[in-house]
Amino acid sequence: MIYTRRASPLHAARAGVSAAYGAALISIALAFEHPAVLAAVAIAVLGGAALAGVGAQVARVARFALPLAMLIAIVNAIVVRDGLTVILRFGEIPPFGQVDVTLEALAYGALLGLRVVVVVLPFALVAATVDPDVVLRMMRRFSLRSALTATLATRMVPVLARDAQRMELARRCRPDGDLSTPRARLAVIRAVTSGALDRAVDVAATLELRGYATHTRTPRDRGEPWSRHDFGVGAAALALFALGIWGVASGVATLDAYPSFELTGGAGPWLFASAIALVALLPLTSRRGVEL
Amino acid sequence: MSTLSFEGFGYRYPGAARPALSDVSLRVEPGEFVVLAGLSASGKSTLVRAACGLVPHFHGGEASGRVIVGGLDTREHGPGDIASVCGTLLQDPETQVVMGSVRAELAFPLENRGMRAAAVARGVEEAALALGIAELLDRSTHELSGGELQRVALGAALAGRPALVLLDEPTSQLDPVAGDELVWLLRRLNEEWGTAVVLAEHRLERCLGHADRVVVVQDGLIACDAPPAEMLAWAGDHAPALLTPSASLFEQAGLHPLPSGVKEARATLRERGLLRDPGDPVAAPEPVAAVRSGLRSRVRARRDTPDAALSAKGLWHELPGGRAVLRGVDLTFAPGERVALMGRNGAGKSTLLRHLAAVQEPTRGRVEACGRVALLLQNPGDYLLHERAGDEASAEALEIVGLASLADRHPRDLSGGERQRLALAIVLDGDESPAAVLLDEPTRGMDRAAKSELAGRLRAMACEGTAVLVATHDAEFAASVAQRVILLADGRPIADAPASEVLSGGWHFATETARVLGGDGGALTPSEGAELVRARLSVELAS
Repeated sequence: MIYTRRASPLHAARAGVSAAYGAALISIALAFEHPAVLAAVAIAVLGGAALAGVGAQVARVARFALPLAMLIAIVNAIVVRDGLTVILRFGEIPPFGQVDVTLEALAYGALLGLRVVVVVLPFALVAATVDPDVVLRMMRRFSLRSALTATLATRMVPVLARDAQRMELARRCRPDGDLSTPRARLAVIRAVTSGALDRAVDVAATLELRGYATHTRTPRDRGEPWSRHDFGVGAAALALFALGIWGVASGVATLDAYPSFELTGGAGPWLFASAIALVALLPLTSRRGVEL
Repeated sequence: MSTLSFEGFGYRYPGAARPALSDVSLRVEPGEFVVLAGLSASGKSTLVRAACGLVPHFHGGEASGRVIVGGLDTREHGPGDIASVCGTLLQDPETQVVMGSVRAELAFPLENRGMRAAAVARGVEEAALALGIAELLDRSTHELSGGELQRVALGAALAGRPALVLLDEPTSQLDPVAGDELVWLLRRLNEEWGTAVVLAEHRLERCLGHADRVVVVQDGLIACDAPPAEMLAWAGDHAPALLTPSASLFEQAGLHPLPSGVKEARATLRERGLLRDPGDPVAAPEPVAAVRSGLRSRVRARRDTPDAALSAKGLWHELPGGRAVLRGVDLTFAPGERVALMGRNGAGKSTLLRHLAAVQEPTRGRVEACGRVALLLQNPGDYLLHERAGDEASAEALEIVGLASLADRHPRDLSGGERQRLALAIVLDGDESPAAVLLDEPTRGMDRAAKSELAGRLRAMACEGTAVLVATHDAEFAASVAQRVILLADGRPIADAPASEVLSGGWHFATETARVLGGDGGALTPSEGAELVRARLSVELAS
């Protein structure tokens, strides 16, 4: 996924604010397991991505996360023996022993899978809408080495991807250039990997020549004044954090998975989830002042 | 105080048997434009790396003597400190850019120096405007072409307005137009802002006209340090491979002094009455033969060459968006024919080669070959997958390209020219010898000696009946290899004629010899030009 600046409130807001917005959504996804809350975060992220013009990129990441979610659901159903409603009996399967699949374990596994997808989505949204150069600049204030590693990694990904494409084409030009065998593919991967070291050395030399290692601290400026999108997205991030803390403290959206799957709290969790989606999406609907 | 000074500097890379530089003493004064010349592996790059502090701080190894850059001694200051007084640009544009956007790239060195945001913004704006890259500021660096990347990297090197800029073959990976633009940009920097320039470059004809001095490095030693005209005179006696085409023409014709550019060469020839008047109908170049088009010519072409080594018939390549890269290309190549394919970037040269080698599927049309077609892509390093040269190609193939003695070497330890030969051995290898060999920009980053060796090898292959097709921007190389030249534009051939016609009648697609002689006599190479001039001299003497 490669960052490209677009005309949207998320892109227009300063990097720190947009990153905080993403962090608020991630923290809610980690703190709650109620499906209404997870669905609200998913709606907020996918809606926000669509409003920011990066819907396709974020959806692509979601598609990559889906197999992992399914795997978690299946493993949970097979491994967890809690739950009252047995829906499948596999009998004795070494080394698992007696394997009974319960409806509760299956439902909770699906919920865990959904949670994984919902945690991944805000990361994708942040990657697509926050300028990595600004994030690296912020990181550098705290840790030079981490920022250096991140800079190298960020730069190396597209460079190595292009190397791999060229090498694959060169491999096809060889008289023995059949790329269908795993061995042939392995040879290309091995060559790209060994070439990566040379590439990394070249990029590291460039970083040296640009004075990266001198690490002179940039004096703090008053900086740019906050824009309406900085305020809007920032306020949404704060509100999401506050909602999350309140939700955890009040226990508004809890569930009991075992022995029987129960969503408690009546309409409370659904109202809470609606509030999360509303707060998250509201500042992103404003289009004023976001032209490129 | 000199901007850059080397005092008895010597350097050996870690584990190397021989020193890369020995007892180098050199001074560059403020505002000077110095060109570093020399064959591959002569020590030019090491000299540049020593000047910017990468040697020895980044590469390690043993150094003696001292280097002072803008008053900073490289024994005490690393590349980061030296970056404040000297901007550096290396060869590969891909690894010269480290940030995601052009604006961030230009701001990066200024931020590293602890400048305030307002000063950084001003520095970025000034560098972008000075280098003509203001329109790229908000672009992502991954979207840029090689030429644009190199200009952005130069902008980053110059953002802090250093007094000295060091460049290590910055045009070697660029097409000629982008390369010329970069050198003109350096001249502007040098003339308008007084920035001292040290430029290591193979294509001396590109930069000699701008240089105050040329420093020739041979085997790690400074062999010559003189103004361009004196350096050419020295090269005529000691290093003919460094002569520019016009200087080589004069040297072979026995004319002195040797010219440092086309304008000077033409002036001398005109003065001596050896250049025909442009108004003279004899001197006017013949119009380049247009491509035969239409059904009748296609039928005739097919009838003329019944045993073509390779042919393309109605070849189309359309992108999903609808843009056509190739538009109904009809071409035929005879066995043993040597053809150069020329055209600007994006004309479709590389795509055509891939179709001819059957590694890409055409949208319409077909390719027919009377045997295997070997394709050598631009970067020979892409072919190298094993740990030993002998594992990459058979002993016979290595023998053909003259690398049999290096079979046990690691491919990445070979020089650029040797890697190219190894890649050629890989694509030539196989049970049946290829009916055609296609090469895509094979001379990028090569010195003149290596180009000449490659040209000889291709001529030898053609003598054995293999059709040779070379896509190149290098008119000199095309002239030395090809009998026939095809100009491609917007996906279709716009000229297809003997090399002496195509490369002598144009502005961009013309050799330096043809430009000196105004296309006279169809002379393309310095030796052909010298023959023509000698003939005129003898007529002059006789009369």
